[in-house]
Amino acid sequence: MKKIIALVLAAVLCLCACAALAADLKVGVILVGDETEGYTLAHMNGIKAAAAELGVADDQIIWKYKVPEDQTCAEAAYDLVGQGCNLIISNSYGHQTFMDEVAGEFPDVDFVSMTGDFAAISGKPNLKNAFTKIYEARYVSGVVAGMKVKELLESGELSPEKQPNSFDGENVKIGYVGAFNYAEVVSGYTAFFLGIRSVVPNVTMTVEYTQSWFDIDKEAAAAEALVADGCVIIGQHADSTGAPAAVQKLLDAGTLCYSVGYNIDMLPTAPTAALTSPTNEWHVFYADLFSKKMNGEEIAQDWAEGYAKDAVAITTLGPSCAAGTQEKVDEVVAALKDGSLKVFDTATFTVGGETVTSAPVDLSFMDWSTMTAIYEGETVEAIVDGAFEESSFRSAPYFALRIDGIIENAAQ
Amino acid sequence: MSQTTHHEPLIRVAARENASTALRVGVRVAAIFLALVVNALFIYFVTGLNPFQVYITMFGGTFGTKMRFFWAMRDLASLLLIGIALAPAFKMRFWNIGAEGQVLAGALATAAVMVYGGSVLPAPVLYTVMLVAAVAAGALWGFVPAWFKAHFNTNETLFTLMMNYVAIQIVACFVNIWRGQASGLGKLNMKTKAGWFPQIFGYRFTINLVVVVALVFLMFWYLKYSKQGYEIAVVGASENTARYAGINVGKVIIRTMIISGALCGLTGFLIVGGRDQTISTGTAGGNGFTAIIVAWLAKFNTFTMALISFLLIFLEKGAAEIASAYNLNDYASDIIAGIILFFILGSEFFVRYRLILRGSHNKEVR
Repeated sequence: MKKIIALVLAAVLCLCACAALAADLKVGVILVGDETEGYTLAHMNGIKAAAAELGVADDQIIWKYKVPEDQTCAEAAYDLVGQGCNLIISNSYGHQTFMDEVAGEFPDVDFVSMTGDFAAISGKPNLKNAFTKIYEARYVSGVVAGMKVKELLESGELSPEKQPNSFDGENVKIGYVGAFNYAEVVSGYTAFFLGIRSVVPNVTMTVEYTQSWFDIDKEAAAAEALVADGCVIIGQHADSTGAPAAVQKLLDAGTLCYSVGYNIDMLPTAPTAALTSPTNEWHVFYADLFSKKMNGEEIAQDWAEGYAKDAVAITTLGPSCAAGTQEKVDEVVAALKDGSLKVFDTATFTVGGETVTSAPVDLSFMDWSTMTAIYEGETVEAIVDGAFEESSFRSAPYFALRIDGIIENAAQ
Repeated sequence: MSQTTHHEPLIRVAARENASTALRVGVRVAAIFLALVVNALFIYFVTGLNPFQVYITMFGGTFGTKMRFFWAMRDLASLLLIGIALAPAFKMRFWNIGAEGQVLAGALATAAVMVYGGSVLPAPVLYTVMLVAAVAAGALWGFVPAWFKAHFNTNETLFTLMMNYVAIQIVACFVNIWRGQASGLGKLNMKTKAGWFPQIFGYRFTINLVVVVALVFLMFWYLKYSKQGYEIAVVGASENTARYAGINVGKVIIRTMIISGALCGLTGFLIVGGRDQTISTGTAGGNGFTAIIVAWLAKFNTFTMALISFLLIFLEKGAAEIASAYNLNDYASDIIAGIILFFILGSEFFVRYRLILRGSHNKEVR
């Protein structure tokens, strides 16, 4: 009995302590969109989940919605500082320069610019960046797609005789709907492609850019164009449900094609066409951030985690996935976790027909209009132990190699 | 007997002449009161919040802190500057829908000077070149449709509107060039701060505020007391009268649009140098269109324009603050601001017109 009382007491004390610690935290959140937009919704859910987990009350979080990537962001940040926030988060890349400006004026407040890339070289210890290693989840989603292609090939449903359009020589055609040709997207589609190729060696991929992060119509049009070109799998790095919806329609009409989404489970949109979606588990980051801030611990200036901390995942496998996919996924995830599998292993790809032995990456933050560095960064060698080390020299992706087997198309 | 079968509408509308000051004020106060009542119902029944608290929060959007007040004044300056720029054109009945483009032209010229001259020109020269280039670019953007109007009688509404899209595309193109491999164009000359306005009393946009105050007086004088202002009024009232009076209508049109465009260009200069230190297709931010409402509602009185601009900015800031403070979807807060605006605009109708009920024949001429 005493034991139980002691335990209960301990638990209560612990809760009180947590609450007391939590009380000092005041978070300001600057969001590029609101709950109607998937990217922002994912961040909001992550923050809410982390707050619930750590006992952070609703009134300790102040939200600023639909803040564009301009001076408005700096104003929102000033305003949040004025309201007593000691931790300010912005969720879009373009917010970064404005967060930087305000961070310089309030060294006691921590500013976290999600997906940003220059905190470490800005000379401001209170400016932070964070990104997940989403490329790991993209690789795994590629494995899921690869399993499907393998099944189609083995069953004979997909063969050069039946569908000559889906083959480029020996290679099966894959399609990818990308937003922009930034490193973030290049890193992602390359990981996806390598994931597929780890299962089916003979594949080729075409990337269609939409020049927008969120455009249902353009993404649908890009997916339709890719399927018309014979692509049997359509991956995506854009935020809408346009591509999966288009693929579902084409599948229902009798075309052989499947979709791999992004961010959210696409099964409600594409019940039989969607295989899975790579997704960020933002709450992992936010919980880490909040608890560090509450405990007065040092917040990493560049936070990047993947499967090792369960910061990324793939959504529920769709009913169309090939038999044995789950087992294969578990195996790959385990290998990623223990480090025995590296996504950008240089043995698995070539650039211009050659194995890559050196990939210098300049970490400077450039002003491209005048071709000068705003913040000087080191130039680092990204190839370490036979693999391209993504997201370890800074959290934001910098893999920008164009590997053999992938063709990029600009928007029409 | 025809009198009895004559169909008279229940309510008729007639222009009101010489409304008294008491009536003008009374109608507007009643409008605001009604707007607050309707809003209170909306707030209470739809969002479940306490309307009075919401109103206090809304007030805080502009007046909450000194900083917020100055930001509101800065945004007011951008809107009012464009309104002032549009006033002469609209008074001339020249439908200049192209302020957005004229501001962008000025902004782009400013940005280009900052990018290409930032590290070459000494500061005083740099600012001068920025200003001159911006005013010239804005004036050019106003001159082109005016010239076509004066010489070929082209439709200026469509022409100026299309010039907006031309400007937007050119800006988009340059932004794309300047951003290079980055995903967006941050602030220009971030490292050297070349071309950024100096901080005066803690704000970079202090110069913007000074300029707008000066222009309120200047434009008021220009439209009301100068000879050119009189010509504008005559051309606006009737081109034929103007011709009969010996006014060169084409010349007045072109001159006025150059002034209108130049002031828009100046606004672009002030926005880029003093407010944003960067450029995007959203630099004018729709103010080019909102300013038309400002100029038109104020009947081109620049002091009234200042009041209307203030009201619009107050509502905008208030709506944003409500959305943030109560975690509301910003559509809800926009509805609250929209209802107030609706009633205030609606009150104009009752100030300018009166309703005559069926049967009240006392003053009618039959």
